[in-house]
Amino acid sequence: MKYPKPSFKARYENFINGQWTPPVDGQYFGNSSPVDGANFCEIPRSNKKDIDLAVKAAWEAAETWTKSSAAERSRILNKIADTIEANLPMLAAVETWDNGKAIRETLNADLPLAVDHFRYFASVIRAESGDYADINADTVSMEVHEPLGVVAQIIPWNFPILMATWKLAPALAAGNCVVLKPAEQTPASILVVMELIGDLLPAGVLNVVNGFGAEAGKPLATHPDVRKVAFTGETTTGRLIMQYASENIIPVTLELGGKSPNIFHKSIMAEDDAFLDKAVEGFVLFALNQGEVCTCPSRALIHEDIYEAFMQRCIQRVQAIKMGDPLEDSTMMGAQASNDQYEKILSYMDIGKKEGAQLLTGGAAFENEVYPKGHYIQPTVFKGTNDMRIFQEEIFGPVVSVTTFKDDDEALEIANDTLYGLGAGVWTRDVHQMQFFARGIHAGRVWCNCYHDYPAHASFGGYKKSGFGRENHKMMLNHYRHTKNVLTSYSKNALGFF
Amino acid sequence: MDRVSITPAASEIVRQLKETHGALMFHMSGGCCDGSAPMCFAEGEFMLGSCDVQMGEIDDCPFYIAADTFTYYKNSRIVIDVTQGRGASFSLEIPLGVRFLMRSELFET
Repeated sequence: MKYPKPSFKARYENFINGQWTPPVDGQYFGNSSPVDGANFCEIPRSNKKDIDLAVKAAWEAAETWTKSSAAERSRILNKIADTIEANLPMLAAVETWDNGKAIRETLNADLPLAVDHFRYFASVIRAESGDYADINADTVSMEVHEPLGVVAQIIPWNFPILMATWKLAPALAAGNCVVLKPAEQTPASILVVMELIGDLLPAGVLNVVNGFGAEAGKPLATHPDVRKVAFTGETTTGRLIMQYASENIIPVTLELGGKSPNIFHKSIMAEDDAFLDKAVEGFVLFALNQGEVCTCPSRALIHEDIYEAFMQRCIQRVQAIKMGDPLEDSTMMGAQASNDQYEKILSYMDIGKKEGAQLLTGGAAFENEVYPKGHYIQPTVFKGTNDMRIFQEEIFGPVVSVTTFKDDDEALEIANDTLYGLGAGVWTRDVHQMQFFARGIHAGRVWCNCYHDYPAHASFGGYKKSGFGRENHKMMLNHYRHTKNVLTSYSKNALGFF
Repeated sequence: MDRVSITPAASEIVRQLKETHGALMFHMSGGCCDGSAPMCFAEGEFMLGSCDVQMGEIDDCPFYIAADTFTYYKNSRIVIDVTQGRGASFSLEIPLGVRFLMRSELFET
């Protein structure tokens, strides 16, 4: 089934203080779809003036929102979830057009996960509480949660609605007001969501300001009235965000990508059954979202004894990936998010070939007959060694680099020989081996006999250069609030020092 | 031959950016959405640390990279090019609708 091309406004505005607000200086930029390469709407090119307006509106709203009851915030978050759910196919098509990904993924992953994420945070704030301790018979210590106030969130383009949700839901649930800047590559889908949910929240609680990093992102990240910055992106900008935050001495949370190992042990081929089939799909998951996932299993480590037989099945499955019209629900892989991203992926394929990696399948652009000007790349498998650049640098495309190992120690050494530590996969029928790897791998998420599952209630975040902070779990609430200790003495007697 | 060089098209963008922002610097980024790409900032905007090394210079702009990433570049010569495209990040060329891009040549040590 082919979904109709979604309709967009010719021009969008910023959402500030509950109103659609044109950028102060009246500048806009063209937003193109990676599906066909053509511009489809105009987006505000905001600057410090617009950020100042949004931060001011957010602080005004914070007067009441930070004191709102958990029941009230929960009710609103549930309404947001219901509204997104009621418009799910439309929003899925919008996300596909803005980002390029196949609609089977937006329909079945991006949007349902976003809906559930709002519901998860709506729920946990009704079930959690602060802490209390009897220090002694007369002294009581209370750990009280208080929202930070106004927080800044800078959103990536690979899952525009879902990544905005991962940041928004805990921030709003914790009682903060937000100024959010979508990625300049994929600003439209979040704005379409805002058209639906904008009036569910009190004016000023959630503000969306669009624009470029240097012009809008910097004034947001350095704003003296912002109490925290949450960022998902790459390492240099991550360092810049930390540097900016140091000016105001505020916390940051960073999610900065990875080069995640996906380890296939010998026992997976002990039987030819459903589990082996699942493991083959687990290998092919490098192509999910065109490989534009921070946890893309972009390094596959395969036991040398099963390499030939296992890879034969994997390559077959990779070559069966159907590309084509991203709005057609049988299409498995869509367009890369932008032309520069497309060029970068091709440049890494060139590096892989020059490094002497063996190209097993793919290795070039995909000529899409439906959309000849879109940015499409074939799913690609290289074989090489872990010291090659295609094993160490995040390509952020549908490219997996495969190598072999001879025993558990070597597999673990290769798995951890990376600057990053975001995700990892372990596939085995041996529970002891599974535990060895689950605990031995230096990464914030280890998938055991699965991959690319992102349920709310399972924490997600990095080790090493992949950043810090744990999204997707109630522990994220504490990244969005202070802990205040109220220490009370019920004794009538002086200490006796003076 | 220098480890870092620049194409004429990218050089023209650097010239334009210098007119607006003055002296510039580059830092090679790793990881995630906009990573594995050169970032261009006004000189001094990005705080360098002892973990950074200068890999070269292009059009009088120093080009830095994190030392741990550089270990994988020891056999690489890189050419900074530019392409059409709406990249994200704080890199200065993005408002122009173009993005700096790294191309690589390998050599034996």
